[in-house]
Amino acid sequence: MSTVLDDVFREHRGRVLATLIRLLGSFDAAEEALQDAFVTALERWPRDGTPDNPAAWLLVAARHRALDQLRREAKRAGKQDAAADPRLDAPAPDPADLAAAADELAVPDDRLRLIFTCCHPALAVEAQVALTLRTLGGLTTPEVARAFLVPEATMAQRIVRAKRKIAQAGIRYEVPRRSALPERVEAVLQVVYLVFNEGYSATAGDELVRHELCREAVRLARLLVLLLPDEPEVEGMLALTLLHDARRATRVDDHGRLLVMGEQDRTRWNRAQIAEGVARVEHAMGRRRIGRYQVEAAIAALHAEAPTAEATDWPQIAALYTVLHRLAPSPVVALNRAVAVAMADGPDPGLRLVDQLAGDEGLQRLHLYHSTRGYLLAQLGRRADAVAAYRTALGLVGTTAEAAHLRQRLVDLGVEPD
Amino acid sequence: MRYMLLIYNDPAVFADSTREDGARMISDYFAFTQMIVESGEFVAGDPLQGIDSATTVRQRGGRVTTTDGPFAETKEVLGGYYLVDCDGLDRALELAALIPGARTGSVEVRPLQELAPM
Repeated sequence: MSTVLDDVFREHRGRVLATLIRLLGSFDAAEEALQDAFVTALERWPRDGTPDNPAAWLLVAARHRALDQLRREAKRAGKQDAAADPRLDAPAPDPADLAAAADELAVPDDRLRLIFTCCHPALAVEAQVALTLRTLGGLTTPEVARAFLVPEATMAQRIVRAKRKIAQAGIRYEVPRRSALPERVEAVLQVVYLVFNEGYSATAGDELVRHELCREAVRLARLLVLLLPDEPEVEGMLALTLLHDARRATRVDDHGRLLVMGEQDRTRWNRAQIAEGVARVEHAMGRRRIGRYQVEAAIAALHAEAPTAEATDWPQIAALYTVLHRLAPSPVVALNRAVAVAMADGPDPGLRLVDQLAGDEGLQRLHLYHSTRGYLLAQLGRRADAVAAYRTALGLVGTTAEAAHLRQRLVDLGVEPD
Repeated sequence: MRYMLLIYNDPAVFADSTREDGARMISDYFAFTQMIVESGEFVAGDPLQGIDSATTVRQRGGRVTTTDGPFAETKEVLGGYYLVDCDGLDRALELAALIPGARTGSVEVRPLQELAPM
């Protein structure tokens, strides 16, 4: 029973919390009141049955607890006339209250306020991510800490500091003005992107696919599309997360070895999710306000729609990477473009593009750069150079799944990996 | 809420600027000040004399030491400030971005600690 309730709490937590923060004017007071309401629910729901609108019930109960708390504090402060304050009159949990609470929760503004507050650029990016996952997502502080491989105390401290800054610096609980919206939406999308990438391609650790984070990112992106229906980049982000997530189950084999796209079992890709992702990216691009997330989603769509690895539309993907490099230039995008060119036009022109990037110090430290070179060199029959490149990559790799993948490549070249 | 907008700039940039650039900077500052006076957000604001005029004082264990120069040796130094009273951080950041000094240096935005009256 309690796991069923856990799911109900997880589902409604963000929405109730968003409204409570507005009503109580404080993150801490809202979280405390909601926690109390969960405890009450845990006691009552199994006995009286789960209410028709659990979120409204939780909001009424939490508000009640918060007002109780205010009254107790007022009493402690010796204000005997506190009871006369109409604000402190605790509402009885009757149908009218529940209906009012339901109305209050039906307006999505509070969650939009919460998202923009959690992703305010005045907060450190790590704090934005942690706060978003904890308040809007269904993750607890220990879960967020585990996902980002930091000690729980560090994560808790990060969240406490972020909440303090929101209060002290006067970050208001509001949706930004229209003129500031593009910049602020970009900050929100960056957080979703970070959450997804951390789940999808873990930078360290044994668990390559951190399921929870990917699911949270898709959920957040879906919520954003609901809240900001006119932003094509937001829909592009939803498409991007859906399309990548659709392939998640096939990225690692039974031995925990990373599989590249050509090795993955396409019959196990989530077709319904791919169909939605493709429809989303087409709809977003139809608005003719192109952005990096839409382009990344379009690339993912071409991969997902190809019936076989050989049938992938590489020339189109190479062209999209050129557009992406113009919108969001980075050495990694340039590297991906080189791979697409190699697949479209052969390993020779691909390797030439890769070698043009040799001067980039950041790329030199990235195993992907060296494994890509290894792959292209092997295709060109330059076995010794390929082995050297793969060995360099192996020395830089962060996850065991990726290391296993590189060892397999060395075995393929007839070399003992260790 | 009250915010201190601390304007940091590299004095060398000003030393190198032309007479026209300098004149434009002054008139831009005048326009900005005028704007926040009219909006009612201006509390105070002044440029500071250069760091050559700065003196740093420390008191340790009852002993006062006085040294020539600013507290920290950095390229960008505190060159002026505005004290504004505005509607939350987003507005303070918006004002900070409008300060001419934000184009050449940086503006640090700090909320004031509101102390209870003694």
